[in-house]
Amino acid sequence: MTDRSATMAAGSAPATADAHRRPLLEVKDLRVHFPTEDGLVKAVDGLDFTVAKGRTLGIVGESGSGKSVTSLAILGLHKRTRAQLSGEVLLDGVDIIGAAEETVRRLRGNKMAMIFQDPLSSMHPYYTVGAQIIEAYRVHNNVSKRAARARAIEMLSLVGIPQPDRRVDDYPHQFSGGMRQRAMIAMGMSCNPGLLIADEPTTALDVTVQAQILELMKKLQREFDSALIIITHDLCVVAEVADDILVMYAGRAVEHGPVADLFRRPEHPYTWGLLSSMPRLDRVREDRLRPIKGTPPSLINPPPGCRFHPRCPYAQRLGEICWTVEPELLEGPNDHSTRCHLGPVKAREVFVAEVEPLL
Amino acid sequence: MFRFLLKRLIVGIVTLWVVTVVVFGIFTIIPGDPALVYAGKDPSAEVLAGIRAKLGVDKPLPEQYATFMKGVAVGRDFPTGPKMVHCDAPCLGYSYKKDVPVLGLITRALPITATMAAGAALLWLLGGVSVGVLSALRRGTFFDRIAMTISLAGVSLPVYFTGLIGLSVFVYQLQWLPAIDTNSPFGNPFDPVQTFQSFILPWVVLAFLYAASYARLTRTSMLETMSEDYIRTARAKGLPERTVVTRHGMRAALTPIVTMFGLDLGALLGGAILTEYTFGLQGLGKQALDAINKFDYPLIMGTTLFAAFFIIVANIVVDVLYAFIDPRVRLS
Repeated sequence: MTDRSATMAAGSAPATADAHRRPLLEVKDLRVHFPTEDGLVKAVDGLDFTVAKGRTLGIVGESGSGKSVTSLAILGLHKRTRAQLSGEVLLDGVDIIGAAEETVRRLRGNKMAMIFQDPLSSMHPYYTVGAQIIEAYRVHNNVSKRAARARAIEMLSLVGIPQPDRRVDDYPHQFSGGMRQRAMIAMGMSCNPGLLIADEPTTALDVTVQAQILELMKKLQREFDSALIIITHDLCVVAEVADDILVMYAGRAVEHGPVADLFRRPEHPYTWGLLSSMPRLDRVREDRLRPIKGTPPSLINPPPGCRFHPRCPYAQRLGEICWTVEPELLEGPNDHSTRCHLGPVKAREVFVAEVEPLL
Repeated sequence: MFRFLLKRLIVGIVTLWVVTVVVFGIFTIIPGDPALVYAGKDPSAEVLAGIRAKLGVDKPLPEQYATFMKGVAVGRDFPTGPKMVHCDAPCLGYSYKKDVPVLGLITRALPITATMAAGAALLWLLGGVSVGVLSALRRGTFFDRIAMTISLAGVSLPVYFTGLIGLSVFVYQLQWLPAIDTNSPFGNPFDPVQTFQSFILPWVVLAFLYAASYARLTRTSMLETMSEDYIRTARAKGLPERTVVTRHGMRAALTPIVTMFGLDLGALLGGAILTEYTFGLQGLGKQALDAINKFDYPLIMGTTLFAAFFIIVANIVVDVLYAFIDPRVRLS
């Protein structure tokens, strides 16, 4: 287990000076379980990944795959009374899971920040955008209000908001959707955190604005040399900005690798499903959208064997093993690992012969 | 902001005017002849007609209304029996039963009602809101359950029940409090100790009734607010939990409480009939009830208009406060 995460960490960085850097964030065997009346919900069940400074990891999966639960666990935002956490989340060597509440609070917003999906509901409606950025800055920096305000204006200007010295006194509802998300990013970056997590940052935005926001995040990441995690259900989003992609299914990683390799040689049937479920307008209407059949599995009683087998079109071919033995996340060439009984060779054959022509 | 205020004021004045028309109309049309008060036993039709002419109640309705409104603006004279009585502006009418201008009766009863309402309001606001917030933050705990059970009792028990229990226990059995001097609850001359002793039971009883619903509303509102996305954002910023709860949570959760509080207080200032009656306090509510029993229409009308005035003012104050609290209201 540790062996695997170590190789993945090294693998996600290119063979430059960066490769020698210790990853800023290391997640080791993370488990987040919620006890409920119906049983134990295993929202995240053994997850390993690392992100180095200056790198971007895209976490992809359907609703309920554990993406957002993972991000909240990294920020230490799960109520300890409601969630059972185990494993390690090391931010710059500090374990978030084991640390005291107060220690994590001091890191939150300061060394790690988060941007949420819907910028309108994520900002307080009663305070000006400026006041909210000032608050975020002052809680970790002992500066005067005036200095914090200057910082807020500087951040707003940095994220491309016109007339920042005037807009700083506007309320969130006076901003457009894209502007609000820019302001959220300004707030998240105000303390210059080493790690920025963006949870579906473009989902609530107009398509025309989405690309701008992604571009902005990339630009700021380069400027601040921060580690970035983008959580999304949209493969197109991560294809543009991520260095590595982690595909999650039912609380576990099913495929993990560098973006180029993962798009060129996807090995897991679930990833194929995600790729083919993007609508294609060049097909006849009935054939444009090919969704993955079935629904996400129960996280209380996950299917035995491979968790994807009830929805997997290839499970019949391998027979019993798919519903009796859970596959391991196996490392292949190019730091590309996959959790599937097909194995890299057979998966490649199936992909080339049956999936790729339909993409 | 100024335009908003002006708009609310104009709407308020128009509403108040409509209320005067409706109230005046109702109390003038319903049966009941003020002339009977002044006539002797078995008056003849001519005598009654004469008195009516003197009182001006034989005139057409619009003319009577105009006279009434003129009285409100500049005052008017009432020919009551032998002599003319001048009623200063704003004249809300004349009680033929009590032979005094209505406004005087109202201003005499108002301090009692106002003292009762203000003290109770303070108690229930502090009590209800803090219990509600704590309950929300400790949802599902023993404290939450006990608080919500008690508050359920609070909303369901009527004032004449809790009030009588209070009187029986604290005044008659334990004798911690003297019986309320219903003629001068404030003491004569004004005595803070006696005032406190007179009003503490009505305050607590009335506050208990309101605090219960405030606790429940606050709890619901707080629970809802604390699950908002912006609370998660506040936590993600690394704010201490206390700041998250007060600056971000309560600030938003208490907005509906402000509305309810303003309207409740406004309505109470028009008289709390049950509480006043239970404790024998001669407030606006008890006075109105007595007026109803004695068919003293001018007094009922005056009290109704006065109560309507408070409610309308409370509405305007709440709207303005709301605009201060919620910037989305201010600017749209």
